[in-house]
Amino acid sequence: MAEEAHGADEGGLVFHPMDQFIIKPLFGDGPVGMFTITNATLWMALAVVCVIALLVLGTRKRAIIPSRTQSVAELAYGFIYKMVEDVAGKDGVKYFPYIMTLFIFIVFSNFLGLIPGSFTTTSHIAVTAVMAMGVFLFVTILGFVKHGAGFLSLFWISSAPLALRPILALIEIISYFVRPVSHSIRLAGNMMAGHAVIKVFAAFAPLVLISSGIGLLVTPLSIIAITAIYALEVLVSFIQAYVFTILTCVYLKDALHPHH
Amino acid sequence: MATDEILEGEGLPHSAAEAPGMPQLDFSSFPNQIFWLVITLIVIYFVLSRIALPRIGSVLAERSGTITNDIAAAEDYKQKAVEAEEAYNKALADARAEAGQIVANTKADIQKDLDKAIAQADAEIAARAAEGEKAIAAIRESAKDSAATVAKDIAKDIVAAVAPGKIDAKSVTAAVTAKMKG
Repeated sequence: MAEEAHGADEGGLVFHPMDQFIIKPLFGDGPVGMFTITNATLWMALAVVCVIALLVLGTRKRAIIPSRTQSVAELAYGFIYKMVEDVAGKDGVKYFPYIMTLFIFIVFSNFLGLIPGSFTTTSHIAVTAVMAMGVFLFVTILGFVKHGAGFLSLFWISSAPLALRPILALIEIISYFVRPVSHSIRLAGNMMAGHAVIKVFAAFAPLVLISSGIGLLVTPLSIIAITAIYALEVLVSFIQAYVFTILTCVYLKDALHPHH
Repeated sequence: MATDEILEGEGLPHSAAEAPGMPQLDFSSFPNQIFWLVITLIVIYFVLSRIALPRIGSVLAERSGTITNDIAAAEDYKQKAVEAEEAYNKALADARAEAGQIVANTKADIQKDLDKAIAQADAEIAARAAEGEKAIAAIRESAKDSAATVAKDIAKDIVAAVAPGKIDAKSVTAAVTAKMKG
């Protein structure tokens, strides 16, 4: 997956499954400042390029009978549009471009990260936490702007018995503030774990070069395992983008309709 | 031997010396990532909201409009086809009715002509029969006259032969006429 920064160690197997996540400057070898162009910058830029290629260049012809790329672009559009409409309701459609931005960025980052040797921007908690905090602040502010103090009724479950309500309110408030944490760690954790596991198996793969005895067994097994985990990761890449987006829609729904 | 090497490779102090645990928790890289992420999201947002999403939305709307129009047009054509079929059937029925009418009319005409001809023939036959009857009657009449004349002549002759000069011709004729009427 990532470039081996350490090179082969003294004859043994090399286990550095986390090295693929290291942020380093793309040009030169200096420290990583705020505006340094790093590998993260490169792969985010590539995600932008892919987004433009699919959604802008792919739909260039505006064909009534779509080309293949245009079909995919329309499919993505329809998929997220319907999700926003179904989950957040008709008045949530206004926020469709924001949600589409998140989804398309995550899905392209996840899939670009699956290219061997690439860097997965969404495996970093800094990236997912910024998005999750953005969603959290956005829906919280939106809720208060739309409903004022009435937004707090989200925590006051009127269908529960009165005695239980304060306890439920406490639980609801805690879960509300945990949302951005789970929202961001779910995505970053999934991406990181999958890539790390592939890397661990990849480290076992050259065992046959060291010991032809056990290596004959371990090497094919690790290659099969890499293939299987890779297939799983393809699935996870899409599912995590989907989950992140649908949770955003759910939070948006809570902000628009806080009354249960 | 192999196991030793794996363990050596896995050796925590060894890798920990070089890799700082999880790069995700290396806070020194956070400002960089956050800065570029925000730039990326803003660029994607503007590309989407200014170009891509309105375009795809309009293409989808246009397509559904085209489909709706096409379906409406198809419905229209279907309606027209149904109407055309109805008109055809109607024309067919009309033609059939007209043909029946013509047949009936013709039949009636022929019947009329026939009746006329029969009536004419009947009249002619009647006329001829009457004529024949008249002729027969005339013949009968003339035969009667002849018979009377003959009878009177014969009676005169007989009377003259039997008793000449005693009975005149007039009384003989009257007697014969009276006899013949009786």
